[in-house]
Amino acid sequence: MADRKIDEETGVETTGHSWDGIEELNNPLPRWWLWCLYATIVWGIGYVIAFPAWPMISGATEGMLGWSTRGNVAQEIVAHEAKNETLVTAMLDTELAELPANADLHRYAVARGASVFRAQCSQCHGSGAAGAKGYPNLLDNDWLWGGTVDEIAHTVAHGIRNETDDDARWSEMPAFGEILEDEEIAATVEYVVSLSNPDHDAALATAGAELFADNCVACHGENALGNPDLGAPNLADVIWLYGGDRDTLTETIYYSRYGVMPAWGQRLTDADVRAVSSYVHALGGGQ
Amino acid sequence: MTTTPPPSLYKAQEPIFPRKVKGFFRTFKWWIMAVTLGIYYLTPWIRWDRGVNLPDQAVLIDMANRRFYFFWIEIWSHEFYFVAGLLIMAGLGLFLFTSALGRVWCGYTCPQTVWTDLFILVERWIEGDRNARVRLWKSKWDFRKWRLRITKWIVWMGIAVATGGAWVFYFADAPTLLVDLVTGAGHPAAYITVGILTATTFLFGGFAREQICIYACPWPRIQAAMMDPDTITVAYRDWRGEPRGKGNVRKRDKAAAEKAEAQAQAAGGDQTVRYAGTPYPNAPIKLGSGTATISAPVEEHGDCIDCMACVNVCPMGIDIRDGQQMECITCALCIDACDDVMDKIGKPRGLIDYMALSDEDAERAGAAPVPLWRHILRPRTILYTIMWASIGLGLVYALFIRSDIELTVSPVRNPTYVLQSDGSIRNIYDVRLRNKSGDDRVFHLSLTSDEILRIELEGRAGQLSFPVPADTTVLQRVYITARPQDPAASTARTDLRLWVEDLSTDIRASQTTIFNGRNSQ
Repeated sequence: MADRKIDEETGVETTGHSWDGIEELNNPLPRWWLWCLYATIVWGIGYVIAFPAWPMISGATEGMLGWSTRGNVAQEIVAHEAKNETLVTAMLDTELAELPANADLHRYAVARGASVFRAQCSQCHGSGAAGAKGYPNLLDNDWLWGGTVDEIAHTVAHGIRNETDDDARWSEMPAFGEILEDEEIAATVEYVVSLSNPDHDAALATAGAELFADNCVACHGENALGNPDLGAPNLADVIWLYGGDRDTLTETIYYSRYGVMPAWGQRLTDADVRAVSSYVHALGGGQ
Repeated sequence: MTTTPPPSLYKAQEPIFPRKVKGFFRTFKWWIMAVTLGIYYLTPWIRWDRGVNLPDQAVLIDMANRRFYFFWIEIWSHEFYFVAGLLIMAGLGLFLFTSALGRVWCGYTCPQTVWTDLFILVERWIEGDRNARVRLWKSKWDFRKWRLRITKWIVWMGIAVATGGAWVFYFADAPTLLVDLVTGAGHPAAYITVGILTATTFLFGGFAREQICIYACPWPRIQAAMMDPDTITVAYRDWRGEPRGKGNVRKRDKAAAEKAEAQAQAAGGDQTVRYAGTPYPNAPIKLGSGTATISAPVEEHGDCIDCMACVNVCPMGIDIRDGQQMECITCALCIDACDDVMDKIGKPRGLIDYMALSDEDAERAGAAPVPLWRHILRPRTILYTIMWASIGLGLVYALFIRSDIELTVSPVRNPTYVLQSDGSIRNIYDVRLRNKSGDDRVFHLSLTSDEILRIELEGRAGQLSFPVPADTTVLQRVYITARPQDPAASTARTDLRLWVEDLSTDIRASQTTIFNGRNSQ
């Protein structure tokens, strides 16, 4: 202890540490502080016994209380579902079209649907429901299979062109590449372009109109306005699922299209299907 | 070779028995204690009528509904900037008060100080003043000691329960919660909060006391760094008090001086006597040359009679005569104690006084005392005051321009616009409407813009008016559409303003936003 340094002013030993000439006094700790330290050690031992603590080879020690974060979440989910039980029952008992009349119930359905949508639907339709090529935009007022909430719910529950559900939406456009000559397809494309785009070859379109009448009106209708019963798109508006330019239309007519959607009724609860249908209907395009 | 043993790493709390004191600052502190504790305990019980839909408690922090009520002011969670503003004011106020008056917060209004003061009052009332308490502390644990201690602890516990209890009343309707708490129907969170605050009040006020200030609180360190030579603080006029001496010391010194004087006369010449009777043995004392009329060396004693009054009343257990110390909370009780003694011995007051750190040196050098206001009024404190007041005025202004109708517009940007089948362009907006009044209202939404735009509301069947209940927020999806031939459909961005109007009172609010056309990307 030969090198103990005593601060002259206070008579207290210093630690020997010095910063810019300021020395640190080695004042004693208060004894209660020491007892607090012992208390935390005792607490720590109790904690280790009561709660998951020591990492082992496969997992950690479980603790006497059997508490786990996963169990905690499970409890919270159960509690949450119990809280919403009356709302869910009411939602299942109400016609989907009547839901908006009950503001609280509708708000619950839309909020629940929004979270279902983000988890299950956004992968194809986008987080904002704006869709992508081949995946319909759900915000606009154009619907392949109908835009009332009941029609939306049917599409969600049974899906499109899937073989797992007998009630799935089903329609199939032939691949006209095997039926029509290339020139005929080009004329048909020009006619379809002419329906929504003033910038077209009128003569070619007139030729295409005849081909359209022969091959396409059965599904797409006389004025090409489509038919939601068959999932036949309206070709006279400005909305295109795959694209309205000549190349894309040629590809569509030549090879046809075959977009599918899962039957969500097999994967989701009835409440979730109804909720997500209400949500989609309330996105702005609902009819 | 040093032979002293190494100091212990730990030290036990040294008991402090503050003596009763009377005087200006003590009276002032009683008043502050009465006012602050009165505000704390009574505020939750003040009623304030806000109509049938809103709570009638004057001050209420309604966590569940995200509302803060303060008499006529109601703050919603989105107006939390008021709280931020108050916190900034509190920070600047700390700068202002610390630079001007040092640790005045610690000495007068800190809850730790106020409750400790109250607990010491109870202690003195039950166990007697300082000397009685010292005797009791030293005595054996007999019946009397147990009786006094237990009585004191029970009263302390009563105060502690009331303190913990009062806190929770700020967060719920006080009369209802009191009944719930007493009948056992209160929320567990309320009981836990009361329990924790009761325990901390009891321990901190009754036992930890100055330990909290010295070891637990960061204030002493922070505030020490904010003081400057002009800061007013409690200090001892060293130049006036030293060398200190009790009466018997003074008698002894006087005798020694007379003896020295006689020796000097006997020697009969000019000479200096090294005078050993004071704490400054090497201070030269000039004796007169050959005459009997010399200034008596007893005058060399300062005004401090070393009566320890300042130490005995100190709740922190320090000696202010040692100079500025981190432990000093500037409670000014030593000033009262010393002034009392100075009055008794016929000396002027102010041996211990509120003074600036620079005063001691200046006065020792013979300068006239500087009035306190000249220490307080200086550029630093004036600047702090201006900043503090500006924020305060800004908050008051913000408070008065608030409307009880509000809207915030959040344009949906995923996607930026929606193409409709007829080629028109639709933008979607999530509009949050707030009816902050206590009445149900009908809100009407409309838009103004230089271009032609149409507005529609989701789920309102073509209507632009809809009811918004009292004290609620409604999230309304709003569609704004430009037809294909309208300029807004092809323009990249069009400015517009959304209006909400309460049809019954004609109060309106608006917010600007942007309409994105086809070419917006």
